[in-house]
Amino acid sequence: MFALNDIRHLYDGTAVLAVDRWEVAQGEHWLLVGPSGSGKTTLLHILAGILRPTEGRVSVAGQELAALSAHALDLFRGRHVGIVLQKLHLIGSLTVMRNLLLAQYLAGLPQDRARVREVLDSLGMSDKADTWPHELSHGQAQRIALARAVVNRPQLLIADEPTSNLDDMRALQALELLESQARACNATLVIATHDQRIRDRVSRQRVLGGAA
Amino acid sequence: MNLASVSLAYLRSRPLSTALVIVLLALGIGTITLVMLVTAQLEDRMQRDARGIDLVVGAKGSPLQIILSAIYQLDVPTGNIPLTQAREIAQHRAVKQAIPLAMGDSVRGWRIVGTRHDYLAHYGAQPAAGRLWEKPMEAVLGAEVAAATGLTVGATFAGAHGISDAGGAEHGETPYVVVGVLARNGSVVDRLVLTAVESVWAVHEEHHGAAGHEVDDSERELTALLVRYASPLAAAILPRYVNANSQMQAASPAWETARLFSIVGVATDVLRAFALVLVLSAGLSVFVALYHALEERRYDLAIMRTLGASRGRVMTLMLFEAVLLALAGAAIGIAAGHLAAEAVGHALRAARQVEITGWLFLPEVLWLFALAAGVGVLAGALPAWRAYRTDIARTLAQG
Repeated sequence: MFALNDIRHLYDGTAVLAVDRWEVAQGEHWLLVGPSGSGKTTLLHILAGILRPTEGRVSVAGQELAALSAHALDLFRGRHVGIVLQKLHLIGSLTVMRNLLLAQYLAGLPQDRARVREVLDSLGMSDKADTWPHELSHGQAQRIALARAVVNRPQLLIADEPTSNLDDMRALQALELLESQARACNATLVIATHDQRIRDRVSRQRVLGGAA
Repeated sequence: MNLASVSLAYLRSRPLSTALVIVLLALGIGTITLVMLVTAQLEDRMQRDARGIDLVVGAKGSPLQIILSAIYQLDVPTGNIPLTQAREIAQHRAVKQAIPLAMGDSVRGWRIVGTRHDYLAHYGAQPAAGRLWEKPMEAVLGAEVAAATGLTVGATFAGAHGISDAGGAEHGETPYVVVGVLARNGSVVDRLVLTAVESVWAVHEEHHGAAGHEVDDSERELTALLVRYASPLAAAILPRYVNANSQMQAASPAWETARLFSIVGVATDVLRAFALVLVLSAGLSVFVALYHALEERRYDLAIMRTLGASRGRVMTLMLFEAVLLALAGAAIGIAAGHLAAEAVGHALRAARQVEITGWLFLPEVLWLFALAAGVGVLAGALPAWRAYRTDIARTLAQG
């Protein structure tokens, strides 16, 4: 599904990431683990095409990312990669419904309210469509952020520390939601985490060993 | 959902800053609109009233005052000229037409002007009711005078001495009869009560002629002559000929109105410059508002980028917001400018000055939209450029 080859990334002249080889098949669920500062977020950004690595090749869903222009890469990300960030950041001046429609619009896809309702329904949030982000609890906002990440049926779903600020019960719930949503669109799931509570829940793990 | 609706949502989410920017811009654009409307109508009005009049001959004094009094009926006359000398000029070979004006009285603040039918023909004024005067002491009312005084055909009135609003002693013993009311034609005639020159003489001879002797033409006077040249060459001869006479003064409407506009022009230039400063400060406030918004919105923009928006798109979003603000300010400003012009028109109508309306479409007003959009683009350029340059990976990593 995606393949990384000989990735090196420098940040202000310092090497922050080195991955020789990592290949993942469609639909697999992976944890990306390692201490903070080991480059997990950087690797997620490279996978999502937010960041181009200093060296190495990245291919996602059969597409060599380096071959895409900046504009094409943005569109590719919008259509094929769903991203749940540690800070959720829904757009505060738009309702939940419009936040999700925005995801479709910015990816250049038709705005499909039925699809938005379907996703909200699957997350138990169907009554929140016309709610403003500031009216949501943290747990609800996280579900909406997840809905935004999967509304375009991505092939790759990535999440950065999705459980770090949650209590035990909610952390497991969040993991389950990510896994069930990834399964629903047969997306490959990569979760970057240093949370011990979920480490024994996902068998496939990639360990980053700190700065190379 | 599109860039415009996202921009609108952002504008709605900070109503105070949005309102401030729009109000500032609307003030500037509104002032420019007002100045444009008023000067355009003043110039149009002044040119229309002076059209076809090559020279005005009046008593010695300020030429500008002669023009203002004899053509526009705004200022008081410089004095009177002897009838015999006026006749000499009227018969000069360089003169094609000379329309006499005799002024001095008023009715309820509206000027009574003694003249000939030529004067009405010159302005193309037609009676809407009744007929023109045929003998002394018959009067025809301009449309505004009729509307304001309520006098109709058949009514009688007494002229008051003096042409000011306050009026002087009434000539009660020699009343006028209204024989006609003119149709409104947008010229100075609308504001006048017109009669034969002989009426004005009759009223004053009654007044002064108490001594009982017969008044002949050598003692009679006119206030001014409106002269049309027989040929372009007359412009070189006639003013000099008139000015050589110790009691008379020639004034060129074209020259004096140009002089007047250059005086008034300073005031309108100052107003226009002031309005431009307002527009620019509005532009500055758009800039500050967007720059500030950009700081708050760095993460939003980064999120939009992760959702597939290109650099160009987030840049367009910021520019769009600036232009949207600018155009809203322009639209409100232009509407307010028209309302203000109408209000000014109301005040001027009450003061019996020239007529100005706000319900006038000037195509050049549309340029104000371009001006506003330009200011918007300029104000939005730097925030938009910063949005374009934002490194999303870094922004997201910083949280």
